[in-house]
Amino acid sequence: MAEVAPAEVGHGDAHDDHHEESFWSKYVFSTDHKIIGFQYMFTGMAMALIGGYFAYVFRMQLAFPGSSIPFWGTLSPAAYNSLVTNHGTIMIFWVAMPVLIAAMGNFCIPLMIGCDDMVFPRINRLSYQIFLLSAVILIVSFFVPGGGFGGAWTSYPPLSAKAEYNSTPFGAPLWLIAVTLEIVAFLLGGINFITTTMNARAKGMKIYDIPMLVWMIVIASILFMCSVGPLVAGAVMLLFDQTLGTSFFDAAAGGDPVLWQHLFWFFGHPEVYVVLLPAMGIVAEVVCVFARKKLFAYKLILFSSIGLGILSFFVWAHHQFISGVDPRATYLFTTTTLLISIPVAIMLFAFIATLYGGSIRFSTAMLFALAFIAEFLLGGVTGIWLGSSGVDIYLHDTYFVLAHFHYTFVPIAIIAVFAAVYHWFPKMFGRMMNETWGKIHFWGTVISFNGIFIPLFILGSAGQHRRIYNFQNFPDLAGQNMQDMRVFATMCLVLMLAFQVIFIVNFIVSLKRGEKAGRNPWNATTLEWITESPPPHGNFGSTMPEVYRGPYEYSVEGREKDYWPQNEKP
Amino acid sequence: MAHQIIATGRSRTGIPTGRLAVWWIIGSEILIFGGLIATYLLNRFNHGPSWSVEAANTNTFIGACNTFWLLTSSLFVVYAHAASERRDAAKTRMWIWLTILLGGFFMGFKTYEYATEIHHGFTLFTSNFWSFYYTATGLHGFHVLCGMVILAIIAEGDIKKGRNWHRVENIGLYWHFVDIVWIFLFPLMYIAK
Amino acid sequence: MAGHKHPSYLKIYITLVVLFIVSVVGPEVAPAFGAFAKPVVLLTAFGIAIWKAYLVCAYFMHLKVEKIYAPYILLACLSLLFVFFFGTATDAMFANGHNWVKPMDENEKVEEAMARSYVLNKDKHGGGHGDDDHDSEAH
Repeated sequence: MAEVAPAEVGHGDAHDDHHEESFWSKYVFSTDHKIIGFQYMFTGMAMALIGGYFAYVFRMQLAFPGSSIPFWGTLSPAAYNSLVTNHGTIMIFWVAMPVLIAAMGNFCIPLMIGCDDMVFPRINRLSYQIFLLSAVILIVSFFVPGGGFGGAWTSYPPLSAKAEYNSTPFGAPLWLIAVTLEIVAFLLGGINFITTTMNARAKGMKIYDIPMLVWMIVIASILFMCSVGPLVAGAVMLLFDQTLGTSFFDAAAGGDPVLWQHLFWFFGHPEVYVVLLPAMGIVAEVVCVFARKKLFAYKLILFSSIGLGILSFFVWAHHQFISGVDPRATYLFTTTTLLISIPVAIMLFAFIATLYGGSIRFSTAMLFALAFIAEFLLGGVTGIWLGSSGVDIYLHDTYFVLAHFHYTFVPIAIIAVFAAVYHWFPKMFGRMMNETWGKIHFWGTVISFNGIFIPLFILGSAGQHRRIYNFQNFPDLAGQNMQDMRVFATMCLVLMLAFQVIFIVNFIVSLKRGEKAGRNPWNATTLEWITESPPPHGNFGSTMPEVYRGPYEYSVEGREKDYWPQNEKP
Repeated sequence: MAHQIIATGRSRTGIPTGRLAVWWIIGSEILIFGGLIATYLLNRFNHGPSWSVEAANTNTFIGACNTFWLLTSSLFVVYAHAASERRDAAKTRMWIWLTILLGGFFMGFKTYEYATEIHHGFTLFTSNFWSFYYTATGLHGFHVLCGMVILAIIAEGDIKKGRNWHRVENIGLYWHFVDIVWIFLFPLMYIAK
Repeated sequence: MAGHKHPSYLKIYITLVVLFIVSVVGPEVAPAFGAFAKPVVLLTAFGIAIWKAYLVCAYFMHLKVEKIYAPYILLACLSLLFVFFFGTATDAMFANGHNWVKPMDENEKVEEAMARSYVLNKDKHGGGHGDDDHDSEAH
């Protein structure tokens, strides 16, 4: 029944070989899930710097139109469009997804379920290589004649299909190829996560003993796999339109541009939950450890997230309320969109209930986790207005939408990621990060984040449209108070970026000179904390762990220690 | 890094890991091909009259032959699977190569078909019907080709050396899926005119 | 997977081939049904396709004896496909909306298609470029 894994004929050693490995085979061409996780994490962080830099440049343009931007120069309208497009694309596909899913998944899943690696290590390596290729192709697209694609991350035709409209005859197809390759990489990675979790769990780990982070990444991978299919088909069609001159999306030739919107958003909406769920998983783990409490209503959270996943396939047209869709369809999509806030709220309130009565310790990771809950709640409630088709007629394509999705995306891709890094850094690298600098980084990041986007909510409600190069060209948007808000938001962005320097320095210095971390510096219960920091090749040595209880047995009545590891014999 | 991974050998669901992965791959491919076919259908319903005229120019005889090749190759690959369960390397390889042969017939007939259609003036850009036709059948043909290559690698790289017998079943599943996609493409493009 | 009971693969194959023949012959005999010609073609083409797909899935892919996860995975993906189709159809299948009309003219397209149609025009050219009812590579 259980098939033997393919025998790998290699160095002639039949046992665990740890003779001298070259730098290349150990770090570059590794099949070890931990190394691949790091590869994804560092690539994602590097791309975040690029995406953040783009945001800095175009926000400087909006705050001081026409001026020469430090570290860029003057920004042309075409370049503005390109920066806006690629900022969005990079942050979603090359930062949020790799760090939350691929890095966290790769590093944490085998450790948390008690096995020695992913079930398909070589496919794992291949998925990273394809991902890296996609990142390279995207960056190349910035330097080709015409520059990078500037048709928004949603890439609607005919703007995205015809070079005569988008002026980026090379950038547009390269962008599309990069996105498609990234999708392929994550399909491969997702299969690894799903089959590993389904099949390779430690002995005794039953369905409800699986840590919430693992569940969330698996559900997110399933969501991704099920939603991306039509988009791949659509991307092939769009690529043919761009390069070969077909007219799949050309209305005059009988094609249908709105079809692209459906193909895109059928994926685009589940995608936001694909990134949300792992972030929720990270918060669940951190909150339990630092409140010393069992996760409140584990099964409810699990079933809510499954329900969320299913429901997420029925809401996509709320991105298209004003594109001319049948109004009767909008009744349906408004209803489902409002309904979908329920599972999300259930999960967030379950986290808050976990805190209640807990013995809370405000480590840096915990601060970020708490900030996630607060900020994401704010972002989520603003989605209620946008999900109602009537109000959306006014708010669509304004900065209100932008502020809404940044209030959800930044907690997901930045705040939760920082929580994860501060929490698992000791396990990953065997050293502790500096808590004081961590806390300074936290306050600087979160306060300035709010300073950026609250003005944008106000500007959006006042009618400020998205994707505009210079608001001084619009008399009713050019008033001094509105411009002042733009400047304020931009200054807060600069401040937020400056605070990230603290994180980078803390990270690098701690790698070498941080206090040595033991196996379990946070006294946590899940399986990754029973092994060495950093875990050796094969994770658990010669005896694989066996599981006897759930993942969050903290502060159990009658026990001396306030935590009861999963693998401890009863 | 060249050692057995314990994780790959575990099977909490009772389905061997490789086969479980193939089911998930097929699931995602259902959505990719399905997305393409759904888009074709949406366009077809919208442009019934003109697409009907265009579709009359597809070659039903060749399409039918190709359906026959794939159906038969499905039989052969399931015989290969049965042989692999008996650990009969010679028979397994024979059935696999027969499957590849029929896949080759499929690709050969398709090549002739494309060539004829292009000769008659129907290219990828002639009209939207033809864009869909070439994209859908081309994507399918690409999957057939990849399947043939992987079948060959398994036959010569694994079965010849008497190992990894489970891979025959897994590639067989993929091959059956490719057959099923064609089972639907055939009526869409060749029969429903 | 150890040996399991299954109907003869050959019998399933023969069933598939018979169904296949019926689906090819369908459009030829459909006119005999008069007004029901179109539904007959659709039934023989797609109804049979579904039946054939079921046979391949159940017997060749052994879904009948597989653990329950596999059919669930496939059914889930299939259902989502239908969600996509019906959700998009309400939008993509109308030629006009409340405030807009699609710019294409179907009749024009039909004329264009008929002009370049090989099948319709080949008799005009007197026989054309060689019979395409050939299997050139069967050996």
